[in-house]
Amino acid sequence: MVERTYEKFFRQNRLPHLWCPGCGNGIAMKAIVQAIEKNPNFTQDNTIIVSGIGCSSRASGYMDFDTLHTAHGRAIPFATGIKLARPELNVIVITGDGDCTAIGGNHFIHGCRRNVDLTVVLFNNNIYGMTGGQASPMTPLGKKATTAPYGSVDRPFDACKLAEAAGATYVARSTAFHVQHLVKMIEDGLNNRGFSFIEALVQCPTAYGRRNKLGDPAKMMAWMRDNAVMKNVWDKQPDDKKIGDKFPIGLFYKAEAETYDAAYQHVKELAGGAAK
Amino acid sequence: MSARLMQGNEAIAEGALKAGVRFFGGYPITPSTEIAEGMAKLLPQVGGTFVQMEDEIASMGVVLGASLAGKKVLTASSGPGISLKQELIGYAAAAEIPVVIVNVQRVGPSTGQPTAPSQGDVMQARWGTHGDHSIIVLSPWSVREAFDIAVKAVNYAERFRTPVILLTDEIVGHLRENVELPAEVEVYPRRKPKISRAEGYEPYTPDEDLVPNVANFGEGYHIHVTGLIHDETGFPVGSPKITREAIKRMHEKISRAEDEIVEVHTEFMDDAKFAVVSFGGTARTVYESVLDARKRGIKIGFIRLVTIFPFADKIIRELSKNLRGLIVAELNYGQLVNEVERAVRGQCPVKLCAKYDMTIFEPEEISAAIDELVAEVSSIRNEELGIRNDDSAEVK
Repeated sequence: MVERTYEKFFRQNRLPHLWCPGCGNGIAMKAIVQAIEKNPNFTQDNTIIVSGIGCSSRASGYMDFDTLHTAHGRAIPFATGIKLARPELNVIVITGDGDCTAIGGNHFIHGCRRNVDLTVVLFNNNIYGMTGGQASPMTPLGKKATTAPYGSVDRPFDACKLAEAAGATYVARSTAFHVQHLVKMIEDGLNNRGFSFIEALVQCPTAYGRRNKLGDPAKMMAWMRDNAVMKNVWDKQPDDKKIGDKFPIGLFYKAEAETYDAAYQHVKELAGGAAK
Repeated sequence: MSARLMQGNEAIAEGALKAGVRFFGGYPITPSTEIAEGMAKLLPQVGGTFVQMEDEIASMGVVLGASLAGKKVLTASSGPGISLKQELIGYAAAAEIPVVIVNVQRVGPSTGQPTAPSQGDVMQARWGTHGDHSIIVLSPWSVREAFDIAVKAVNYAERFRTPVILLTDEIVGHLRENVELPAEVEVYPRRKPKISRAEGYEPYTPDEDLVPNVANFGEGYHIHVTGLIHDETGFPVGSPKITREAIKRMHEKISRAEDEIVEVHTEFMDDAKFAVVSFGGTARTVYESVLDARKRGIKIGFIRLVTIFPFADKIIRELSKNLRGLIVAELNYGQLVNEVERAVRGQCPVKLCAKYDMTIFEPEEISAAIDELVAEVSSIRNEELGIRNDDSAEVK
């Protein structure tokens, strides 16, 4: 049996979590600490977890680091402040589809553009879960939500394409079903010097699955298994295979670019304050 | 240090730097931009960091993050930007994060008159963000005082772990004066935990002054910070008792130090029968008018609020006991006047001298208001006493 060494990364007195039975957020949260565990540069004392508002963002409270539960959509600006103030700290952002791509959308694209050395993990449950199931900018077309009772007509974002276009230097996607792959995607994101973005597709059986008759949590995860296609396979497929519910997972983009924190060090040197 | 010609906005940047500010997040907006420009130049010279964010909300977020990471922080804006900052000003109040927000007031509402002075954000400074919260609001009337108040604002933010609004206006912000700045200032250091984690440290346990010694991030305390109502551990609690206590403490940590925080600049009050209350750039004009009225034999005093909030209730109440009339001169439709009236409790008439047309007060306008008040009060008094009109000189 695998030793549960990752348990030390959780505040045991804050568990059990408030997520619904069958929610995928716990899987994504655990994947983050497992990725941290594999990286000796990330310790509980030098790693800061920053989150926004929503189901995903309650994760910060369960994790035994310095943790910051910010306002709705604002995790990336707060995280930017921490990183620029103390570049030696590691900063991880946990956000959701509504938090990151709706109310925090501007901060998200500018975070990518600025390329501050942050790792952002978006728990995509396709819905506003905390408020009871309203459509988000990542709710697929036609899917039902309390604010889209006839099915959503609001075209969704592909957050990975958005991140890449905006300048993120590491962009990947995985799912709650592909746990080891998810850990690997986050682990590589932590190793990237720059703005790293990982979309973790998670099931929300309560506010999304139930309303859209997607079945129980296991069935929702089986859907991830059946529809997620590894990037290398996806790229070789003809367009007529990239239809229906099929979607790619894996590393989409990686680039070398100077981080904002490193670039600002040059500014300090030019101004004569680098040693102060 | 030799004298230098500088702007109010520049003096704010210099003062903040002197008080230990090492992080600024901002967004361009008239008429506050010179503060950001000053910080962009000065901060990297002392190893600090300037960052221009995508909007005013992010500017607040970035400075709050930096503050939690241990830096003393500043942000600055005007009308529309200050409206956007309100969300996270509330976060700073709830999570008790030291931060100074400069508001160089311009004419509103909305885009208003971007380059023209106003004092229309008085009540926004107090109540701009939602919910019960406490806040400190300070306002300078000169370039030199802009420096001093920037220092004081940073010190109060650190000492009380609260947002502090440095409420200035386009008049003072763009005013150029020859000033001599002090080489050293008194600086309140970042509060530190007094016990270790092993000894049971909790980040939001109040100290004797009711202010918690919240650890900086990255120092091994593993604290949790949230905008949800929380107990001493920092974690959210859905309890009426904790909610009541948290909101009460947030107010009391500042109200119990009120006598120290509230600063009112008064002159000619010893024999005054009338007085003009004002603040910021407007007080400069008022001072001229008061001097002029004194020369004309009117026993009038000068009351300038340096601290706008907490409001100087006690001082205004005490001063108004001996007055026959008060004027509140403000560059808006009438905001501070309501606070003054509340504090005066009917002890003397309170008249508003308001202006909201892009232009600053002319001394003659204040003088006219003074003369009107004196005449009104005299006639009422004469009527009451059944005295002849030529006794009005006695009233003065």
